[in-house]
Order: sequence, then C-alpha cells, then structure tokens
Amino acid sequence: MEIISPLPGVFYRKPGPDKEPYVNEGDAIVAGQTIGLVEIMKQFSEVRAEAAGVLVSFKIDDFGIVNPGDVIAIVE
Amino acid sequence: MKKLLIANRGEIAVRIIRTAREMGIATVAVVSEADRFAYVAEIADEIVVIGPPPAGRSYLNHEAVLHAAAESGADAVHPGYGFLSENAEFARKVIDAGLIWVGPSPESIELMGDKSRARKAAHDAGVPTLPGTQSALNDSDDVPSIAAQIGYPLVVKASAGGGGKGIRLVETPESLMSTIEIAKAEALAAFNSSEVYLEKFITHARHVEVQILGDGVDFVHLGDRDCSMQRQQQKIVEEAPAPDLPDDVRKRIRDTSVELVRSAGYLGVGTIEFLYDPATQEAAFIEMNTRIQVEHTVTEAITGIDLIREQLRIASGEKLGMSQKDIVFTGHALEFRINAEDPANNFMPSPGTIDVLTLPGGLGVRSDFGIIAGKSVTPYYDSLLGKIIVWAPTRTTAIRRAERALKETDIRGIKTTTGLLQTLVSLPDFEHVKHHTKYIETGVDLTGGAK
Repeated sequence: MEIISPLPGVFYRKPGPDKEPYVNEGDAIVAGQTIGLVEIMKQFSEVRAEAAGVLVSFKIDDFGIVNPGDVIAIVE
Repeated sequence: MKKLLIANRGEIAVRIIRTAREMGIATVAVVSEADRFAYVAEIADEIVVIGPPPAGRSYLNHEAVLHAAAESGADAVHPGYGFLSENAEFARKVIDAGLIWVGPSPESIELMGDKSRARKAAHDAGVPTLPGTQSALNDSDDVPSIAAQIGYPLVVKASAGGGGKGIRLVETPESLMSTIEIAKAEALAAFNSSEVYLEKFITHARHVEVQILGDGVDFVHLGDRDCSMQRQQQKIVEEAPAPDLPDDVRKRIRDTSVELVRSAGYLGVGTIEFLYDPATQEAAFIEMNTRIQVEHTVTEAITGIDLIREQLRIASGEKLGMSQKDIVFTGHALEFRINAEDPANNFMPSPGTIDVLTLPGGLGVRSDFGIIAGKSVTPYYDSLLGKIIVWAPTRTTAIRRAERALKETDIRGIKTTTGLLQTLVSLPDFEHVKHHTKYIETGVDLTGGAK
C-alpha cells in the first residue's frame, strides 16, 4: 500500500528539527498513525497511514519536495 | 555601505531593493532554487543561489547566506522580517564577518526575544504592562495565589515565544496547574526553554503598536498603528494612526515606548506592541519586535519617512538627524495583505501560476508586491504576495478609497484574500472601530457579509 501526499510542499519525517522521526523504516504502524508532515506555505498537515502494517520504505527524504499524488512511503 | 545583501525574499526583498537603489547602493539578492526566477531576481543587481527550496536549507542557512555575502563582496546584510531577522546568533556572525548588520545589536535582539525579560524591561521603563508575574515562574512560587491576584481569565505564555505562538488560555482556577504543565512541555518542545509566565487576558482587545526609531543615542517615535483585524493571530489589515484611541493613552504608549528603547540604547527601527482594552481604556505591553515589520508602510504614508532608508542610514553609522517635533503626522493610511490563500476553503494555501495581476492605481494608492503576472507562487514559503496601501486625509475617505482600490485589484490563476478584504473594509463594524483581534473568528461570515 502506498501513502500518497495530497498536497504540494516540503515533507518532514520529524515533528521538529531536534526530534526523533515519527516512524522509522521497518516499524509497525497502526491505521491513522502520523508518519510525517507536509508543509505548504507555513501550514503543516499531518500525513497519516490509512491502514495498519509495516512501513517498509520512505520514497521521499526528510525535507524532500512533494507534489500532489507523489508516493511518500510504502506500507506492507 | 556600497553593496547590500538582502537575506530575504518576496515583497520585502523587493521593497528593500527599491530604497537601496534610490540611495545608490548596489544590491545582492540571495535566492533559493525555487526563487531562481522570482521577480526579485530580475530587479536585483546580482543574485546568489543559496540552496534548495526548503527555508531551513536556504533562507535560514547562516553559512550559506554568509558565504553569499563573501562571494559577492557585499558589505552589509539586511534581514527583512521573519527568517533570520530576530536571530541574535546570526547577527553576531554577520558582525564578526566584518559586515554591517542592518538591525539592532544582538544584545537588544536577545533582550526583547526573551518575553519575560522584555516585560520586565518595559515595566522598568514605565511602559504599562498587564497584571502578571514580573518574570518567569519559579518552582518555589505560590502559583495559585499569584494567579488569583492577577485574576481570571489569564494566559500562560512561553518566555521564548512570540508572534502569537506559545500562549495558552486559563479560564478557571481548576485548570491552572495542568495548563501550566502543558504550556511548559510545549514551550520546551517548541522553543527549547520551559520558562513560562502568567498574564491577564483581555477578552475583546485591540492590537495597537508604536513605531520607534533610534541611533543608540537619540530616539523618536513615528506614531502608532492599529492591527486588530487578524485571523489566528496573523494580521491582515493595518492602519495608522490607531483610530478611536483616547489622547492620554496614545501619548502614554508613544512616550513610554521611546523610554523603553532609550533604556536599551536601541539602534534602528523597532515596534512596541500593546493590547488595548476599549472597555477600560487601558493599554498594556505585549512584546517588542526588533525588525522592520510588514505594516511599516502605513507609518511611511502618514509621516513621509522611508523606514528602510532610515534603517540603512543608521546601520551605516549616521545620526538620527531628526527630533520629535520634526515628525508630522498627516492623514490616515490603511494596508491590506493579499495572501495566496482561499478564504472559502479554510484559508488553504493556494500555490500556482499568476495569470493576471492587475493592481490598483490612482491618488494615494501604493502596491508593494514581490511577484508579477506570469510568475509562480511556490508552496514553500509564507503566503503573502503583497500589500495594497491607501492614504487619504481622513479615515473615512481612506476607507472609501480602499474599497475602490480593492475593487480594481484583479488577481487570477490562484486564490487570494482580495475578496475577504473587500468584505472587511466595508463592514460598519470596521468603520466604527468595533472590531477586535478575535473579530474575524467570531463575527464575520468569510464567504459573504457580516453575520
């Protein structure tokens, strides 16, 4: 399953610069869990998993640029 | 000052370049890769690309900005507002590199950046402050009795906060201690300091502020502004002078603001912000901003003084060269912030290409924009596209002129706040100064007229 960005902007894997990432590759996640943030013009939106599983890999790096429809992560 | 680097983007970078050009100072714009083809890149004498689009990797990257200054041979750095403008560490690096920092000393930035220290400095200078703790709360303080003395509702504020961030409301004594715990945890997470203090909360406050100017020795105020029309603590309409303010209140906030900056030996432009309670006719200090502000233009309109020119002059070591009696206030000015946001869809940011950008003209109308038609609004930065400023001899004629100017404004290709501003300026509550800082959240149907 893919987690898709609905918005254009900058993707962040951490809630703040000095913080731990929301999720690491290989972690089990539950439905609705926040896996990162997308910032568009200083407004932050949480990116959530739609279903439970294991987050296998991120397709966008921390501070990476996303466009609507881009795959952020793969969950199995 | 021969060559000025502007460590900012958008409308304020354009604004600074305009004045620098009039003064014969060459300009260097630093741009992220996303701003490589922005309007500012066309009007600056030189540009230096300093990094990828995310601000943390470009406009906030100290070393990249300093490297650009060295590479271009700039001898001065103007930080604009936001980004690095109130970063004392960056200011020190600029000074240590042998460059002119267009701003107050790093010590002044630090003093005013610490909200509880700033509050104490204001109190000591005679600036009216709200009932509250004199400094940050200590573990040994009897917090419930301090809070009872201040009275409810009150707010818990982070010492390191600012710009409306790090504030929590406490309405009853029952929720006091738990709210303080949450506020401390949030402050530690957001600002890396768990210091908080308490302050009385005013339910229907107006936001008024005083513009000051100083050369470290002599100081003047350039009058007041009102920025009460806000949404989620972000100002959207500003005006000068502040309307419907009793003469004694106006005199007191102006005079004590000058005393505050005198006590700090302040250099350059600054703004002392106040909450004004129309019910009690009392004003109280909120914070001081140690930078040029977005709304400086309304002060320029009623004084005829170019605030960027004053910043550049004073940073170069020139004297203030004016006394209070030289400053004459004429007429009334209003500023409207045009943001790339959709008011009909919860102010969702609206990036995209601008197909049409028709800005108003005519007597007493000024448009300060960072973008032109054909350019794209990227998703990476603040949504402010530009500002429309109107001046007229009276507040009423300024409102009529603003209605006319906003009707002429036509921006297509993206959603903007233009329609909302048209609604707001025509509200009887605005004309009669019945609005306050929570008015938009509580009083207005944003898709149409007043509720």
